[in-house]
Amino acid sequence: MLLWELFSTFLMIGFISFGGGYAMIPVIEYEVLRHEWLEADKFLDAIAIAGMSPGPIATNSAIFVGYNTAGVAGSVVSTLGMIIPSLLVVVLVATIFYKIQDNMIMKSMLYGLRPIITGLILYAAVSFAIKNEVIGPFSWEMVTMLLMFVIALVAMLRFKTHPALVIASSGVAGAIIFV
Amino acid sequence: MGANISRFKLLRDIFISFAKIGPVTFGGGYAMIPLIEKEVVIHRKWVKAVDVADVFALSESIPGSIAVNSATFIGYRIAGVMGAIAALLGVMIPTFLIVLGLCISYFFVKDNVYVAAAFKGIRPAIVALIAYAGYKIGLTAILDKTTLAFTVLSMAAMLLFNHHIHPVALIIGGGIVGIVTVMIRKALGMVTRMDKHEKHSIEESAAQQINKGA
Repeated sequence: MLLWELFSTFLMIGFISFGGGYAMIPVIEYEVLRHEWLEADKFLDAIAIAGMSPGPIATNSAIFVGYNTAGVAGSVVSTLGMIIPSLLVVVLVATIFYKIQDNMIMKSMLYGLRPIITGLILYAAVSFAIKNEVIGPFSWEMVTMLLMFVIALVAMLRFKTHPALVIASSGVAGAIIFV
Repeated sequence: MGANISRFKLLRDIFISFAKIGPVTFGGGYAMIPLIEKEVVIHRKWVKAVDVADVFALSESIPGSIAVNSATFIGYRIAGVMGAIAALLGVMIPTFLIVLGLCISYFFVKDNVYVAAAFKGIRPAIVALIAYAGYKIGLTAILDKTTLAFTVLSMAAMLLFNHHIHPVALIIGGGIVGIVTVMIRKALGMVTRMDKHEKHSIEESAAQQINKGA
């Protein structure tokens, strides 16, 4: 049952998505390729759309993957899978242990978990860069892509440019440079 | 009867408040924090500023996106489980429709040369966005040599054994290793610093408040 598979996969991802959506990119990629829901290069476009849309990147990727796999119903069940864990955990935490962020076990769990998440996100960045030929054998196109990457990163780190503005400007630049 | 109507109104207001915030949160949950504060603390006066700081600290500690978690949590604080559901639906539904619309249009326009070129241009920006997210969480995650080693190991494991290691195993493993490490250190009489982030963010928001006041 395709809808159930989509729902249960994103439910599982929802329960472990610590540290924001970006760490979930490799997880979603792993599941999507394993189930053959998207081809590898379409997944890259899925992340591009998820990143340039409003809302959390993990839920946005779920919407794209769900829609592409099983239409509107697919996108609804995938999104529900991603957000139901939030509802359950928030209500559980709010009713039982309100100050969970001060709990010793919770803190030491996050102490080990956050660096793993950081590693996963950095891996996602490197693997995304390789697959999109932002890093690779020399060509003027690769140099252009690399330069665009550096400009985008500096804009966000140094000048606090809004990510949506960075994506929009890169889209315009791309439409001029790569046509 | 009157109580029912005012409760319905409250739930409706919660839904509307978060439905207004959802679609403007480009670039993830952090972008939403000031908007939530403005709407629920200053405008609606549902919760106090201190509570909001707690909500964000908590939202980062549990699974799920910060935007969705904070909305759900604030909804719960205002009106219980129904409030949580109203806030969750409010923050999700408009965003869901916008993203679904974009996905549908993508399949119509993806073969257009200009659209394809624009997507190519967006790709390096997405790499930058992911790297930026990694840098930001790295600031809160890498506290000492052990956490630096965890970061490098998890990245190396993914790069070297891609498609053989399930990233979920790494995440769960990280949590367990974290608990065990802190326990062993405690048994050896060593102290592990684990709360750089909470302090940091509170100091930061306090500094922002002072700056605003000045």
